[in-house]
Amino acid sequence: MSLNYTEFHPRWYRPRMPVFWWVGRRSYFIFVLRELSSVFVAWSVVFLLLLVSAVGQGGKQYQQFLRLSSNPWMLALNVITLVFLVFHAITWFNLAPQAMVIQLRGKRVPRSWVAGAHFSGWAVLSALVAWLILG
Amino acid sequence: MGKRKAEPLLWLLFSAGGLAAALLLPVLLVLFGLVFPANWVAAPSYAHALSVARYPLTRIVLLGLCVLALFHWAHRFRYTLYEGLQLQRLSRLIILGCYGGALLGSGFAVYLLFVAL
Repeated sequence: MSLNYTEFHPRWYRPRMPVFWWVGRRSYFIFVLRELSSVFVAWSVVFLLLLVSAVGQGGKQYQQFLRLSSNPWMLALNVITLVFLVFHAITWFNLAPQAMVIQLRGKRVPRSWVAGAHFSGWAVLSALVAWLILG
Repeated sequence: MGKRKAEPLLWLLFSAGGLAAALLLPVLLVLFGLVFPANWVAAPSYAHALSVARYPLTRIVLLGLCVLALFHWAHRFRYTLYEGLQLQRLSRLIILGCYGGALLGSGFAVYLLFVAL
């Protein structure tokens, strides 16, 4: 088949979307907020690495890190980070049953069990970490 | 590695990172971001912090958490920029910035946890 020039060349249908298409509707807005939680995940890693770096350098630097973390701006940033982290965790665990279809004796394990296992694991691990650090 | 081949691997890292971040980051941030700075509970002494941090399992878990969580960020943020701000035309730059940033951060994490600590 030869491709000759024709007046009736098809053009793609590409409707233009406004950049802030996600502002107008609640569910779209929440979707984008959820996506943005990744920025706070990244900040948490940076914050943890600052802690590890301070611990590696010595007692004075460790105290300096503790002072830095009680700076009002830092505290505010970390409270917002915490809200996004919990939002991420809850939405992530609630989505887990959709991603993990587990079969047991030919029957699908109920969704609530899969989500419940994730939430229980979260609680156990959190308690373990807190015990290790406070211990 | 071709784009098509890398995508499943990147998605896997995104997914594992999402799980690791959800399981471990909230408690760490509650303690070091809120409870200790607000002085609700006294922060651990330096000696205790050092011994917990130097414990081999802690180093391995923290490294895994950092690397996976960074790649989780890279993948998700890449698509946030594509969809939220419609920046598909800057795709190359975004890919370089996101995954490059995650790689750089992972390198830092290896250094901080296994060399400097």
